[in-house]
Order: sequence, then structure tokens, then C-alpha cells
Amino acid sequence: MDRVSLSVGSGGKLMRDFVKEVIVETLGNPYLEQFGDSAHVNLSGDLCFTTDSFVVRPIFFPGGDIGKLAVSGTINDLVVAGARPLFLSLSLIIEEGFFVHDLKNILSSVRATSSSADVLVVTGDTKVVPKGDADQLYINTAGIGQKLVEPGNIREGDVLIVTDCVGDHSVAIMVARGEFDFWGDVQSDCRPLHSLLPLWDMGVKWMRDITRGGLATVLCELAEEKHIPVEVWERDVPFSPAVNALAEILGIDSFYLASEGSAVLVAPQDKTDEIIAFLHGIPEGRHASVIGRIGGKGKPGEVVLETASGGLRYLEPLTGELLPRIC
Amino acid sequence: MEFSLLRQKKSVELLLQKVDSLLESIGREVRIMEVCGTHTMTAYRSGLGHVLRKKGVRLISGPGCPVCITPEGVLLAAAKVVEEMENTILVSFGDMLRVPVDGKSLLTLVPAQNSSVKVIYAPEEALKTAELNPDRRVVFLATGFETTIPSIAWVVLEAQRKNMKNLFFITSLRLVPPPLRAILCSGDVNLDGFIYPGHVSVIIGSRPYEFIPEEFGVPGAVAGFEPVDLLLGVISVLQQICAGEAKVDIVYTRAVQPEGNPAARKIMDTAFECADAEWRGFGVIPRSGLVLRNKVLDASREFGLELSSRKAHEACRCGDVVKGSIEPEECPLFARTCAPESPQGPCMVSVEGSCLIHYKYGSVRWTGSA
Amino acid sequence: MCLAVPLKLVEIEGYEGIVEMGGIKRRVNLSLVENPQRGDFVLVHAGFAIAVINREEAEKTLSLIREMEQHS
Repeated sequence: MDRVSLSVGSGGKLMRDFVKEVIVETLGNPYLEQFGDSAHVNLSGDLCFTTDSFVVRPIFFPGGDIGKLAVSGTINDLVVAGARPLFLSLSLIIEEGFFVHDLKNILSSVRATSSSADVLVVTGDTKVVPKGDADQLYINTAGIGQKLVEPGNIREGDVLIVTDCVGDHSVAIMVARGEFDFWGDVQSDCRPLHSLLPLWDMGVKWMRDITRGGLATVLCELAEEKHIPVEVWERDVPFSPAVNALAEILGIDSFYLASEGSAVLVAPQDKTDEIIAFLHGIPEGRHASVIGRIGGKGKPGEVVLETASGGLRYLEPLTGELLPRIC
Repeated sequence: MEFSLLRQKKSVELLLQKVDSLLESIGREVRIMEVCGTHTMTAYRSGLGHVLRKKGVRLISGPGCPVCITPEGVLLAAAKVVEEMENTILVSFGDMLRVPVDGKSLLTLVPAQNSSVKVIYAPEEALKTAELNPDRRVVFLATGFETTIPSIAWVVLEAQRKNMKNLFFITSLRLVPPPLRAILCSGDVNLDGFIYPGHVSVIIGSRPYEFIPEEFGVPGAVAGFEPVDLLLGVISVLQQICAGEAKVDIVYTRAVQPEGNPAARKIMDTAFECADAEWRGFGVIPRSGLVLRNKVLDASREFGLELSSRKAHEACRCGDVVKGSIEPEECPLFARTCAPESPQGPCMVSVEGSCLIHYKYGSVRWTGSA
Repeated sequence: MCLAVPLKLVEIEGYEGIVEMGGIKRRVNLSLVENPQRGDFVLVHAGFAIAVINREEAEKTLSLIREMEQHS
């Protein structure tokens, strides 16, 4: 069988064989091999529980694929909530006719990504829908993690740190789609951020991955939720040359471009050096930088940007789509 | 080349010191119109607009924003194409597709059977779309000033040369110098100088503005779009004021020549001819627009679209804002019934519209100090 | 009103070329500029080169800034 057929989704032996040979074999772990209706896991204490759905076009892109994206995204939601990710669920909605070898490749990256973070996919489901009813492959996940810390109180003078460059995922996807005819060697930063977990022991008070809506939107949520003023220094925000280039050419504000492997955090000022040194020592934190602080010139709930040329402006949450401008 | 030097804080600070010393010898507030919306964007994105205002240089946004001045009738005609014509793809620039008309925008309305809307970055994509979809009609909502018009003209001439039967144009093309004359003649603006649009001037050169110092005695400079470029423009205007002279200075010499780009203008003249044109907020300005020479490509003729003008909200004073005779805050609707979520006039629509910029970054909300 | 960015012209083929910035490339239409050379910076607006950046003039502006910085 080289393509997924509708009959695979109809239950019965064909489906069981497919799940066994394609999915379980690729993901391979003792929980899945039991073929139970639900996974039995042994946990206690404070837990975090998250779910997410993944729809991306193209499903293979430079730096990753929908499988890596799904596992990373779920892991990262737990990490930034202060939890050690442990178990995942994985549901596939497959369009009839999808190539089996593509599916195997995607599941291999699910396995590679989850095992790199010591996380197990313990349960899952597969549905096949008629051609045209879905776009190739959708993935839904849930994740369970052990809560490690209760985040501390944010106060004026705390520093804002981004763990790495911002916006690479958006740009890689735009280029991979061939949108507006750009091309170039640009990789998505899609990756699991479990290596950031030790930061919680260094006094980090708040963390968020910089996904849809970009840095601006995430910081606006911080300012609004905690009712605090936030100040950001444009000069210190790390953007890769490709992100800067595409943003400039298309007239898009790079503060709204998404990452899938970078986070922003709040920490006490006296921990800055320790945190930055730690981040610079791991691959996920090579371009870590202090980009601002809590307080400054705005009112509570506002994010004020000190621009590279020394002026001030507000950052607002993303509204609408990011479209290229000619003006 | 180290273009980054043109936006760094140190360079900006040094030029601002120069602005300070010039302002000291002038001894009063100076009002400068930046004609181009992209300059408005530079001023506000960099925060320089606010800094300059506090020093005593008031930047007034002029009519150089296509989203702001494109008549509503044009957008309604484009909406009609999308909603009522089957088998049709409307293509346009991102800027235009976002503009709300009757509570919707071209991006949010429901297209007719087998029709769609496509955002393009380059006019050439219109041509490509038409070639890839021979069994569908492609309508290009083509807007812009002299910077964009030659590229659109190239596409028009290519469509003609290839004898394409499925590519049509709704055009709203405008020229920059005529509204400047209109503003100066209307007499209700009090301006000390102009920052002329750098990229329009790449095409038309600096000569079409000569009438401004000659007939009206108003100084001006053609400037680029980096923060340093903008400040060099402001400094040139201030220097002219100090010296008691008025000319058209070019501070964007790396891109602009006095004679402009004759090759681009030739292509533009081959595809289009001059006509009277409506500007949202201004009304009709004589010989301020360009229309297709080849009427066969004209979508409004081909499909009987009426580009009727329609009056904006009665109390809306976008017209005066665009002319620079009032500040957005002086409009009775500003930040009351007119806000980014519910724009009543075009200046609240465009990302470079004066009202939107004042609303977002402007003095109303701003309490801190730079 | 018009966003245009200086991009390096890395290839020319007839009326088309390829421009590059930060590893991102795009085809550019060169019909509107006279005699562009490989290695030139061209000012790109909506996929068209509308001017070739004059290096000497650019250098003048940049050295003006550098000089100011030295004297401050």
C-alpha cells in the first residue's frame, strides 16, 4: 500500500494492520503496543494538561514538518507553563490518498522530537476522510506535564529576555509556500524547548512561546494580564537576517512574525547574567538577549518600544492578517 | 553598503542636535508637510514624529497615501466584481484589500461562484495569474502614484503585446504634484515647507515641484525613508528657512536625480493618458490622474461598473486632515465614533493614514516623555 | 506612499534579474532601469527595480554621518 485509502478508516482488520504497521511501528513504544482503548499512566501531584491542533501548509518545510511542529508546540505549551512534559496523545485526520511514506516520515519526526524531549506518545487515533474533505493531514495533540513551580510575582524592574531569534518560522513558511515568489535558505526554528526547564529554578517568573501574533502580541498579553507597563528595546531584539530582509521588503512589522522555537520570559534583574549565560550555553538559546524590562514610560497594560533610532512607539496586538504593503 | 547607519540612534541624535540649533535661530514652531504616507510611517514607527513635535517641528501628513485618497466608488466597483461576477479573480495590493467599505473589506466579503481575491506583491503577479487561469477572468485593482504606475504600465503593455483576453484593470492612478498645487491654492493651510516623496521623485525627478518655491516661495527637500534621510530633509527645509531662500533640494541623492527616470516615464506615458481625477476628501482635481489608453482593458467599461463617488460621513473631516489644515484630533469624530475598528473616513483606514497613526501612536494616548 | 528597498542585484538575464538580501532572493523586473550591473544595489518597488543606487552619492551621505560621529 503506498497511499492511505478510505477503507483503512473503516475499522476492522485493515485498519488494525495499518495502525500497527505504519503508526505503532514507527512510533514504537510499549504504551502503544498494548493497543488499549486508553493509556494507563501513573502520575501524582500537580499536573498541567494542554491540547492543540496543527494545520500547516506545506506540511513539509525547511526545518521541520507537521509532526515535529505538533510535538514541539505541545511540549512548548507545557514548558512555558512551568511543567515538565511527560505524555502526549496524537490524533491524525488524513485525507484519502495521502502517501504512506510521507506519513511514515512525519511519524518518524514525531518520534524523534518526542524522544529528544523524553516524552512518550501514549495514545492516539486515526481517521481517514474522503479526498477534498481535508488538506492532506491534520494533527491534534494533548499533553500532560508535571508542574514544577508556581511562577513568582512580577514587579517593576524585572527584565524581559528572549531565548533566541524571533520570527523565523513565519518567514520559512512564507518562503516554502512560494508566496510572492521569494526563495532562499531559511529554516523554521520549530523545535521542542524542554531544555529551557532549568530556567524555572533560576527564578524565572513568567514564560511564553512566541507563536502566532509574534513578540508584540505576546508582550501585549503580558502587559494586559498582569496590568503592568512593559518597555522593549528594539536594538536588542534578535532577528535573523532573513527575517529582517523579508519584513523590510514586504513592509511587514517583524514584531508580528511567529517563532516555533523561541520564548520570552520575565526574570528578576539580579538573575540576568546567570540566565543569559545558561541560555548561551544551549543550542536553543544562542541568540538570547535582554530586550526590555517591566516598567518604563508606559502605563499599566501598555507596551512601549524604544525604537532603534531612539524614539518611542506603542506595540499593539496583531489585528487582521499580515499582508505585504506597497506603501 | 552600511545602510544600517541611517537608522541608528547615534546618527539620529547628532542630526537632532542640528535641528535644535536651527530651530533656535528660527525661534518659532515650523510646520512641514510630509507629502508621502511612507514618510509618515518612518516618522511614527521610529518615534521621530513625536520627538520632532516636542522640539517644535510639526510634521503634517499630506495626500500621499493611496488607501486614503482612492475614491470609495472604486472600492465598491471592485467589491461588485468579487461578489457578483462568477469565474473571476480580483488581484490587488494588500493595502487596498483591507480598506473597509460598508463594514466589509475585499478580503472578508463572500465571492461569487468560482471567484476569489488574491493578494499580490508585484503587478507582474496579475499577469501570471491571468496566464495560469485562462478560463477565468482576472481583474487587477491597480492603485498607486508615480512610483507604482510604471510597473502597472509595463503589465498593461505586456497584456496588450500578448493579446491577453482575460486580464482587465480597474485603475485609480494619481499624480503627486497636482494636489500640492491644490493645497497651496486653497489658502487654508499654513506651511513652512515640504518633504517631497523620495520614491515618486525617483520616477518624476525634482523639477515638477519647482513651481512651489517659484510661485509660492515655500522651501522643500526630496528625502529618503530611513530616519536619517527624513531628518536630512527636515534640516534642509530649516536651513532654507534660516537663509531666507526657497528651493527644491534633493537629500536623497543616492536614488533621485533632478530629471527622474525617463525610461520609466516613457512606459507610463505609452500605457496611460492624463485625466481629471477624484481624490477622496478633496473632490476632483484637474489633470491629476492617469487612465488607460487602451479602453479594451478597462474593466469598468467592459463590465459596466460605475465608479460613482459617494460622500463620506457628513462630519468626517478627512479632507481637511489630508490637506493638512487640521490635526486629526480636531475632527469631531476622531477617537469617538471613528476608531480603527470602526473607521468613518479613509484616514483611519490606512496603516499610513494620519488619523490611524495619531490614534495608535499619537498625542492623544501618549503621556510619557521621549 | 511607496515602499522601496535597496537590494543587491546578483544575477541578470535579459530584462530580469535576481536580487538578494539576508539570504532571501526574488526575481526582479529590470525593464525600468538603464544599464544595471551585477553587484549594483537596485531600489525595488513591487517587484520592479525603479533605480540603480548611486554608490558615490550613498557613500557621501554615509561619510557625512561618520564624520559627524567623529566630531561629536
